[in-house]
Amino acid sequence: MSAPADIAAPAEGEPRKPPPVRVLVSVLAAVLLAAAPLFLAPYAISTLTRMLVFGLLAASLALLVGVSGLPSLGHAAYFGAGAYAAGWFAQNVSAQAPLSLLVAAFTGGFVAAATGWIAVRARGVFFLMLTLAIGEIVHQVADSWESVTGGSNGLYGIPATEVGGAAITNVGVLHWYVLAAFGGGFAVLWAVKASPFGAALRGIHDNEPRMRSIGYPTSLYKYAVFVVAGTVAGLAGGLLAAQQRLVTPADLGFTTAALALLAVIIGGARSLWGACLGAALVIFVRDSIGPSLDGHGPLLLGVVFILVVYLMPNGVAGIRIGRGKGGGKP
Amino acid sequence: MNPLLSCRDLSRSFGALKAVDAVDLTVHAGTRHALIGPNGAGKSTLLKLLTGLLRPDSGTVHLGGQDITRLSEVKRSRLGLSQTMQQVSLFPSMTVAENVALAVRRHRGGTISALPARRGPRRHVDRQVDRLLTDAGLRNRDTLPVSALSHGEAKQVELALALACEPRLLLLDEPGAGMSPAESARLTELVLHLPAEITVLFIEHDLDLVFALATEVTVLHLGKVLLTGAPGDIRDDPRVQEAYLGTSRRADLFTTPPPTSGEPRVPTRP
Amino acid sequence: MGSWFEANLVSVLNGGAIGCLLFILAIGLSLVFGMMNVLNLAHGAVFLAGAFIGWRIGGESPTWGTFALAVGAATLLGLLAGAVLSAMTEPLRNRSHLDQALLTLGIALVAAELLSMTFGNDVRATNAPPGLDGTVPVLGTDYPVYRLFLIAAGLLLAVTAWLVVSRTAAGAVIRATVADREMVSAIGIDDRKVKLAVFAVGSALAAVAGVLGGPVYGARPGLDSTVLILALVVVVIGGLGSVKGALIGALVIGQIESLGRALFAEAASFILFGALAVVLVLRPQGLFGRADMAGAPR
Repeated sequence: MSAPADIAAPAEGEPRKPPPVRVLVSVLAAVLLAAAPLFLAPYAISTLTRMLVFGLLAASLALLVGVSGLPSLGHAAYFGAGAYAAGWFAQNVSAQAPLSLLVAAFTGGFVAAATGWIAVRARGVFFLMLTLAIGEIVHQVADSWESVTGGSNGLYGIPATEVGGAAITNVGVLHWYVLAAFGGGFAVLWAVKASPFGAALRGIHDNEPRMRSIGYPTSLYKYAVFVVAGTVAGLAGGLLAAQQRLVTPADLGFTTAALALLAVIIGGARSLWGACLGAALVIFVRDSIGPSLDGHGPLLLGVVFILVVYLMPNGVAGIRIGRGKGGGKP
Repeated sequence: MNPLLSCRDLSRSFGALKAVDAVDLTVHAGTRHALIGPNGAGKSTLLKLLTGLLRPDSGTVHLGGQDITRLSEVKRSRLGLSQTMQQVSLFPSMTVAENVALAVRRHRGGTISALPARRGPRRHVDRQVDRLLTDAGLRNRDTLPVSALSHGEAKQVELALALACEPRLLLLDEPGAGMSPAESARLTELVLHLPAEITVLFIEHDLDLVFALATEVTVLHLGKVLLTGAPGDIRDDPRVQEAYLGTSRRADLFTTPPPTSGEPRVPTRP
Repeated sequence: MGSWFEANLVSVLNGGAIGCLLFILAIGLSLVFGMMNVLNLAHGAVFLAGAFIGWRIGGESPTWGTFALAVGAATLLGLLAGAVLSAMTEPLRNRSHLDQALLTLGIALVAAELLSMTFGNDVRATNAPPGLDGTVPVLGTDYPVYRLFLIAAGLLLAVTAWLVVSRTAAGAVIRATVADREMVSAIGIDDRKVKLAVFAVGSALAAVAGVLGGPVYGARPGLDSTVLILALVVVVIGGLGSVKGALIGALVIGQIESLGRALFAEAASFILFGALAVVLVLRPQGLFGRADMAGAPR
């Protein structure tokens, strides 16, 4: 019997020793990102910083969508929760350097833990509906809980992050701050993906019923990765608050979630680096041609979604309905 | 002999159909117990009640003296109940070795770490995977994606995966289905050489395979146990022949090809 | 209790009106979803299109003539939109739910932008047609007649839908398709036609709900996603492909929306989520859903 030609997922090996080229590229990328403030104009630096922030969000979503097969439409909720928490904390408690980021990560993880259980127990289209609904409800909370979130105006005037009493106002220094946190968050995602736990997540993506039959409590695993992804998304939100010093309900709205998903799809769904590159492209396009669209960005986003779906015949995330050799019974 | 698995009065209906009807079944430790019966006898439903995929309407299941009737599939697997699927059900994006390693890690490797594992031949997980693949005759296939295997090889991976769960009781659902005679012979060898600590309960339509492997046979008919006994007794019992073919001519039973559901199963593909 | 009820009577009645509107909206979503396994995220945009049509044809104070015309136009537009959606999702029949969701999402984003380009970003409020635009005393409180009319219309439609689904030949096909799609196509019913019909009727209902909802909500950008989420929650709570589930779910969510916002303005969204969570933890398949169709772990 010949191999079926249409097995959706590439036979991606468990990360063994990374090939030297990959190590080289990673190191080069890190060096370039770190050196960027030395030779880029301030505007370009802050665009790059935005790409890092959004890239971390997209990478955390890729862990859910591509690795674990959990296509969340509401991931911006945890990003936004982290952003609000960091902003509120900086305004009301302390703007000392890593504190607000820790609060942001914790809040993202906490909100994911509070909302994730009902979502991960759902299968297929129910997961999509529930994550969409959860995202929108969290968005409504941000919009209506005025005493904390500032309602539709958002939280503004967030104080700049302080290191040892000195506020970070220089865009270059801010970029390094964001880069360091990005590195930490990305390392967490990478470690989870490369670990035995990550292998189990891929197994769940491939064939969840079989994972249960060989003894994996799959709902628990999905819940755990949902919380991890929520935590890293929260951290990314904290970085957003540190950079923009303004958080609005739009930051956890559906458009943000959709953009993050688009970045993940562009990046090939299963790759964390790919998601970051996808995010860079999305931010680049949004920032460069967004203003000329006169507020009709969603129109472009909608057209892109329609095209992407039609132009990717194997499915946007390599997620197929339970068919094929190892798909198990749906 | 002490019973490893015992079901008492186990029943499950689908609407008006009593798929499994007050079944008592005892599987003794160390035996190779075959479950046979014509199509619609309730074999597969019974197997699902044992693995926990389905819940019984009434009755109990005990494994090694412990009541597992209400336990989930996951918990049963952890207690040493392992299975192969009737239709190949593996992890298509992974290699053969990665498939088996998933189960090894869960059952031998201790905790499932969220930190990257060091790899290499010294790791006991990798050693165990190697051993299982060698036993299954798949040693030189370990780096292939399972989607590139032949059907027979994929069924061998199924078996290796099930054995990787370190079972006390191994349930095989039509292990020979869709196999060539050579593959089937290889499978017989594999099962015959399993250590005695592993008890095997299997469903099979190929009666040659049944009589080659089984030390005990239970015949199901219309959801009920028709009889249980040694293979020789089963072969000679007129009731069995009647249930299978509606005839008591012994020659018909053992010379006709296996019933339709024993035909090669080609996994459904999009 | 009596005084609590009197004090909150308006909210309770509002909840009923919102619930009936949600029911009309959710029934289409639920059937397309239950029968065709397609999550139609453009459903809210069709609702909004209906609301804008109501405003465009009827203006701020419609007459009965223009109101009826608007309902008719919305029905036509809804049928058409449903046909387009059915045709556009057809090539994705064997793709994942995510692909289908992204497609309908893309359509929803485009449609919503086109609507806001055409009709602007202001709230386009309309009044109820004459005779329904006043108030009547209900237990000593003045209450808008139109909302009572909505409750009546919703209940009438619920009864009609229930009769169609449970008593007619078309209903038998619907029920059979929800239960087992392959079987229905195996006995010679073209399930592409069933899909087209269900999509068209579902979208027409959404567009009509938009016209009817205009005087309550006022057509405005963003309304599409608000009502879509509420309808999704209704379907999840009620269970897939169930008329009864959609009705009960809609009435529950209507009350939560109305009473919740009246009594706990800031926490209303928490209450909405809480209701969703409680139902799904106790019954993962929804109140009237079948376990094998929903996300219940096996």
